[in-house]
Amino acid sequence: MWEKIQQFASGFFVTGDPLIYGADVSIVLTMIAVVSALTYFKKWTWLWKEWLTTVDHKRIGIMYVIASLLMLFRGGVDALLMRTQLAVPNNDFLSPSHYNAIFTTHGVIMILFMAMPLMFGLFNLVVPLQIGARDVAYPFLNSLSFWLFFWGAMLFNMSFVIGGSPDAGWLSYPPLSEVSHSPGVGQDFYIWGIQISGIGSLMTGINFVVTILKMRAPGMKMMKMPIFTWSVLSSSLTILLAFPILTVTLALLFIDRYLGAHFFTLTAGGNPMMYINLIWMWGHPEVYIVVLPAFGVFSEVVATFSRKRLFGYASTVFALMSISVFSFFTWAHHFFTMGSGADVNIFFAISTMLIAIPTGVKVFNWLFTMYRGRISFQGPMLWMMGFIPCFVVGGMTGLLLSVAPADFQFHNSYFLIAHFHQVLIGGVAFGYFSGLYYWWPKVFGFKLNEKIGKWAFWLWNIGFYVCFMPQYALGLMGMTRRVNTYSWDTGWWGLNLVSTIGGFLMGIGFLFQVWQILHSVKFMERASGDPWGGRTLEWSIPSPAPVYNFASLPTVDEKDPWWEEKERRERGEPAWTLPPLEPIHMPKNSGIPIIMAFCFFLTGFGFVFHWLWIAIPGLVGVAGCMLAHSFNYNTDYYIPVDEIKRTEAAARGAV
Amino acid sequence: MAHGNAHAQSNSHSHAPSHEGHVDLESLRLMGFWIFLITDCILFGSLFATYIVLHGNTAGGPTASELFHMPGVIAETFILLTSSFTSGLAVLSMNQGNRKGLIGWLVVTALLGASFITLEVTEFVKMVHEGATIGTSGFLSGFFTLVGTHGLHVSLGLVWMTALMIQLGRHGITPVTRRKVNIISLYWHFLDVVWIFVFTIVYMLGVM
Repeated sequence: MWEKIQQFASGFFVTGDPLIYGADVSIVLTMIAVVSALTYFKKWTWLWKEWLTTVDHKRIGIMYVIASLLMLFRGGVDALLMRTQLAVPNNDFLSPSHYNAIFTTHGVIMILFMAMPLMFGLFNLVVPLQIGARDVAYPFLNSLSFWLFFWGAMLFNMSFVIGGSPDAGWLSYPPLSEVSHSPGVGQDFYIWGIQISGIGSLMTGINFVVTILKMRAPGMKMMKMPIFTWSVLSSSLTILLAFPILTVTLALLFIDRYLGAHFFTLTAGGNPMMYINLIWMWGHPEVYIVVLPAFGVFSEVVATFSRKRLFGYASTVFALMSISVFSFFTWAHHFFTMGSGADVNIFFAISTMLIAIPTGVKVFNWLFTMYRGRISFQGPMLWMMGFIPCFVVGGMTGLLLSVAPADFQFHNSYFLIAHFHQVLIGGVAFGYFSGLYYWWPKVFGFKLNEKIGKWAFWLWNIGFYVCFMPQYALGLMGMTRRVNTYSWDTGWWGLNLVSTIGGFLMGIGFLFQVWQILHSVKFMERASGDPWGGRTLEWSIPSPAPVYNFASLPTVDEKDPWWEEKERRERGEPAWTLPPLEPIHMPKNSGIPIIMAFCFFLTGFGFVFHWLWIAIPGLVGVAGCMLAHSFNYNTDYYIPVDEIKRTEAAARGAV
Repeated sequence: MAHGNAHAQSNSHSHAPSHEGHVDLESLRLMGFWIFLITDCILFGSLFATYIVLHGNTAGGPTASELFHMPGVIAETFILLTSSFTSGLAVLSMNQGNRKGLIGWLVVTALLGASFITLEVTEFVKMVHEGATIGTSGFLSGFFTLVGTHGLHVSLGLVWMTALMIQLGRHGITPVTRRKVNIISLYWHFLDVVWIFVFTIVYMLGVM
């Protein structure tokens, strides 16, 4: 009996690496700490009622942000482990198989479990407030999306202590990811973790498209919408068309692995190249999905901190929307070397170059917005200023990569690695940081410390260039991606060491951000409803926003309505008239989303280990939750006018 | 036509109209379902594309023309098309306020759907017994996955339709149940359209 258990455990748990044992210990200790803290402070009911079952977009947004920052920590540790391994030649800090697992999880976590949820966090925190809505179109579905992301991410992250991590790269190309080459459970963790959270992403896309199209404040025409909302619309529309392809691709890979089908195998008529086409038909739009909202953030930030209307509103809208269309016609530039022929490569090379045009338009619009503006260099604006040169260089190296014949030299080298980190860190990460700093006072009601924030910004910004500029050179010197070590005679040592130093500078920058948050929580500097001199509707209400957001809504028939309103008040003209208060219709909290997403988690876990006795009850649980929700007709309530008056008085009084 | 009509009706019957402001929840949900159908179109589109790429890769196994028995498939097609018609009749009964007729036509629709699934499962079982399984060739992997995904959609629709019949029995025709009936009828017509593509691309072009 004991031997059997031992045998099972040695396969079930990942063993043999001191780093993993360290992680095991810290996971167990953290869980014990969390559970005992919740029990000691009697916070379980509070946690369940106020957070786990909430359908309030603001709280869901906060949970997205917290989860994504934790994932940023894990993905960042992965990155630093890799940089440590590469700091000196012939290093054996990480074994080759461990290195494979780490570059795989680093990529998946940073894109799918860090960038995506941070983006959804900003969608949730900002969009309903910007357009004057009480919530998103489907609050229940919104909560379900979050929990699907959460449990999908948990399933994926579990793999490094239970069963073994995926190690076939962040997009898991077959045949390497097929049973023939990766017989372990890691690939199945990959498939199910991404599949479950991907369903959540798809539903968030639907939710925000409908929210933006149907729930804007009276008078707010499409061409009067705040530009961040436009960027969310373009990103969400891209999600709608791209994510079903991911769902299919992962499902087919799983059918190959589980039922022995031949979609992507080397034998019996399978076609591995088809996977690579399918995954990039999702994967290329995906990078635009994450970067478009960052463009939206920058457009808001640059206008606010230049105290000027955004230059070229219409052309920015046109640029955002045309990028979301173009993004579907460039996927093959990820594999010019596949051998599709010159004509196919030319098509995709040109479509890739064309995308640079709308992107360039936006950069000029931001620069012209700053021109003759009264610029103040506060936290959000710093990240904006850091972004422009970084993104321009990243974009130019992207253009070099888009030249198909030249790409045969750059392909899969460190030149490529440096390029996409430059657009993803310089564009996406800087953008979301900027957005987080910008809307932080609105969300939490207090400001973040500017001084520590400046340290964090400079560490990130300098660390970035120190880390990635050498990698361009390394790529041209012949260093290919995913090598776990190199020898002295390559001459790559110096540049790699510099790159590692840069990586750690960014790591220190992250620690400064954590310190900044903790410091600001401790010294709690209360923020007013409009701490930056904002321009859009969210700054017209108290910080943090009351549960129903807007007690009553003004008619909004101009761009930057709050800015215009403040100008009018300054000139002594009549302020906007608000309609009288009415009872507000609100959705009730529900425990079904978290339970249903957990059932999805069980299903995925069961299929990973081929344990139908877990997978089938999981599926039954999913169906049961859906039916329970369908049969529940008691889903909403009204907030009476008296309560609204009390809440408003308290909020205005606190400011 | 039934949809346009139903859409207009669900708009005019917004529940608690005085407090909703400018948002009508039921029409919002109907719109969300239309958008979901767009995503489902992409899902089936990807599966069709996969099937088309792989349909010649029989790897020495049976080919489409050796495997497909058209009489059964034509019967399936007519049953599913009829069920789409009866689901339309269900919506018409609902718009006349006839709850009995509505539930009755939904029962007929569900029974037709169940017969379709039975025929399809029988066809699949026969193929597997003939040695044509999902692991035989790339062609059959594509075939079973594409047709099976459609079958799975129909089966889920049956469970959903049954749940809806119980709700109609309990609550009658209200703005909420009206929206739900409209949505499932949309879903059912959508599956019908997908089947027409399955019939044409998989079966007809397969045996020709």
